[in-house]
Amino acid sequence: MPEVTMTVNGKPASGEVEGRTLLVQFLREDLNLTGTHVGCDTSQCGACVVHVDGQAVKACTMLAAEADGAEVTTIEGMAAPDGTLDRVQEAFKEHHGLQCGFCTPGMVMSAAALLRDTPKPTEAEVREYLEGNICRCTGYHNIVKAIMAASGQEVSALAAE
Amino acid sequence: MYNFDFVKPSSIKEAVEALGTEEAQALGGGQTLIPTMKQRLAMPAKLVSLSGIAEMKGVGKNAAGELVVGGATPHATVEREAGDYPALAELARHIGDPAVRNRGTIGGSLANNDPSACYPAAVLGSGATVVTSNREIAADDFFEGMFTNALEDGEIITEVRFPIPQAANYQKFEQPASRFALVGVFVAKLKDGVRVAVTGASEEGVFRWGEAEKALSSDFSPSAVEGLSVSADGMIADLHGSAAYRAHLVGVLTKRAVAAAG
Ligand SMILES: Cc1cc2nc3c(=O)[nH]c(=O)nc-3n(C[C@H](O)[C@H](O)[C@H](O)COP(=O)(O)OP(=O)(O)OC[C@H]3O[C@@H](n4cnc5c(N)ncnc54)[C@H](O)[C@@H]3O)c2cc1C
Ligand code: FES
Ligand code: FES
Repeated sequence: MPEVTMTVNGKPASGEVEGRTLLVQFLREDLNLTGTHVGCDTSQCGACVVHVDGQAVKACTMLAAEADGAEVTTIEGMAAPDGTLDRVQEAFKEHHGLQCGFCTPGMVMSAAALLRDTPKPTEAEVREYLEGNICRCTGYHNIVKAIMAASGQEVSALAAE
Repeated sequence: MYNFDFVKPSSIKEAVEALGTEEAQALGGGQTLIPTMKQRLAMPAKLVSLSGIAEMKGVGKNAAGELVVGGATPHATVEREAGDYPALAELARHIGDPAVRNRGTIGGSLANNDPSACYPAAVLGSGATVVTSNREIAADDFFEGMFTNALEDGEIITEVRFPIPQAANYQKFEQPASRFALVGVFVAKLKDGVRVAVTGASEEGVFRWGEAEKALSSDFSPSAVEGLSVSADGMIADLHGSAAYRAHLVGVLTKRAVAAAG
């Protein structure tokens, strides 16, 4: 079986995988990083979004072998080592950007990727960027609001909670 | 998904060699192939990843002034780097979602030739050239109907060369669930005439709307296609739209594309 080595949340990680092992399986089952969720397993819902070399990807639709040598960041890598939440996580908490929380890891990872490329997105840009992230609970308004707030923009005028 | 061997060559030559064995298949971004394999609709014995081949990635311009996109270039890169051909960059920006665009590639999209995919319309509409590991294929000879094309076993798309039109635009009417094109129309005004390519509509896959091309070549304005229509015969009909609805959209979107191209 092929051996893969990658940097996950800043730490070296390696293991043996099959050709067919998905990145999300390697993260969840071999590294026990179960924060990355599997919702649809068909590349539709975005619950499995992680960053590979800084780019948001759906970990259910990427082979672990393809991430050999890459830098991977999962939701577990977002908070500081002392537990201080990342600004996106903090804003989701503050603005009730989650209910059941199933979609949240993917939402946070997508939002973080958006804010890196577009530090001050418009509301429309946030909604468009989240096209591949599905939430069955919140109705999205508070997710959008949280991301706008995380970008340092005034959100009191956005749709009510 | 059944298991398979995975190889990741770093040159086109090595990839072609690896693909020469029985039941080997190319892997682009995997955004179509991995879901297909999960459903066991494809079960290759070996996957040959094209993602480590630097010579197949990126956007540039050649001496003839064409925009050249490497066959393994992800949609997100085209979105960012195809500024010399804004209509193409804009088309790439509306494929799927950001995570899909970070992995999915132009070569994978063309090789798959989904009847509702976006790139086939740009390639046919621009009169681009599909360059493979062993030849050059004109867009007019590449697409051979739904999910079929001129590629032979083991042949890979290494780059696509787009002549840059004087004006061009792509109008995509999204199917609300998949966000693929329910119908999409790509219009390009080139120095030797106008081309109009339609995706999402026909049972035969992407096609050129000859009548509109003729009218627009003599008068590049939305009114030139007023009164023209495509037949609903052979159009796709499903729960998202009837054949007649799709045929109607072809006319509407062509006008919008011409208006937007200016
Ligand atoms: C949620 C979602 C939404 C999407 N929305 C859209 C949309 O709106 N519009 C749209 O056009 N597409 C859309 N797509 C499809 C997407 O663009 C795919 O990335 C694309 O169709 C396939 O590209 P890939 O690189 O992922 O190819 P893969 O899935 O890796 O491969 C697909 C096929 O092409 C072959 N192949 C791959 N690369 C090459 C090559 N260089 N040469 C020869 N053969 C090759 C493979 O062997 C396989 O048969 C969507 C996909 C998803 C998952
Ligand atoms: S689990 Fe990956 S997109 Fe839904
Ligand atoms: S909070 Fe439940 S799916 Fe989004």
